[in-house]
Amino acid sequence: MADILGAEVDEEGFLVDLGDWTKEIAEQMAKDDDVDLSDEHWDVINFLRDYFEEYQIAPAVRVLTKAIAKRMGKDKGNSKYLYSLFPYGPGKQGCRFAGLPKPTGCI
Amino acid sequence: MLHTVNKSSFERNSLKSCLNTIDDTSVILLIEDGVISAAKNTNASMIADLAAQGRVYALQGDVEARGISSKLADNIKLVDYAGFVDLVVEHGTAVSWV
Amino acid sequence: MATKKFIYLNRRSSFGTVYAIESLEVVLIAAAFEQDVSLAFIDDGVYQIVEGQNADGIGMKNFSKTFHALGDYDINKLYVSAESLEERGLSADDLMPLVYEDEDDDWVEKPSIKVVSNVKLSKIMSEQDVCLSF
Repeated sequence: MADILGAEVDEEGFLVDLGDWTKEIAEQMAKDDDVDLSDEHWDVINFLRDYFEEYQIAPAVRVLTKAIAKRMGKDKGNSKYLYSLFPYGPGKQGCRFAGLPKPTGCI
Repeated sequence: MLHTVNKSSFERNSLKSCLNTIDDTSVILLIEDGVISAAKNTNASMIADLAAQGRVYALQGDVEARGISSKLADNIKLVDYAGFVDLVVEHGTAVSWV
Repeated sequence: MATKKFIYLNRRSSFGTVYAIESLEVVLIAAAFEQDVSLAFIDDGVYQIVEGQNADGIGMKNFSKTFHALGDYDINKLYVSAESLEERGLSADDLMPLVYEDEDDDWVEKPSIKVVSNVKLSKIMSEQDVCLSF
């Protein structure tokens, strides 16, 4: 089994145990993807973690976009902005950095 | 004897079968979906007499998981996992009505 | 993609079997494909949306929280059998206050849960393209 900083990940790089997540793991995952984590990235990552805490699921991209627009404004709650932060998809890549499972219905 | 029932009495007849064959000294422990029978509902009469004799227990974790803590029928005794073990020790042979 | 009307019948309580969480999973997938999704709760399925579930003591995921996200997925038709509630000594007040924001009405929060008779439920089912039972 592959691991990141000692934490086990599945074949797509998602953490197997959500409890293993640390900021350092997120940073290492980003580094491996050639992404430099900015405050803007962290806003989304923290949002995803809060969302999971509240609802026990990783949101679908459509839901994520809508929810971010509601909480942080339309200039951030749109897919162009979110994809600029997470080129492999705010759902797939963002959730992976946030230590969440892959969003349900995400292929 | 200790009889454990883990199915809802609305879905399966495990509790009914158990009640049909239980003797005067046995006790029932409701676990998993069996705790649904411990709630105040139209099936509560099935175990009301036994409960009044202090012979019906329900596993607390399963009761809380199903959101029925405040809706229990009268005289149901709640036990935790340690209490479950005590019941097994105290009543010897256990029957699991799965 | 053509939109079809799906209804998911939830007949079992949350934790005793895997049906409840599997149903919710499939519901979320269908919603991701923007289908018209309704949920029905009958028999012990009504226990899935009872308020105050705490799964800490049995070491399982308390997925009842996920029902609160359904509004964001545009799933806002949750029908509950009145007869099933009554048999179990429950009423609408014992259920989680699930809401959605109505896009066509200035995003006003509205209740998603409707308690209906079994007769009404059978009519709702007959209006669907697909009926899946869990």
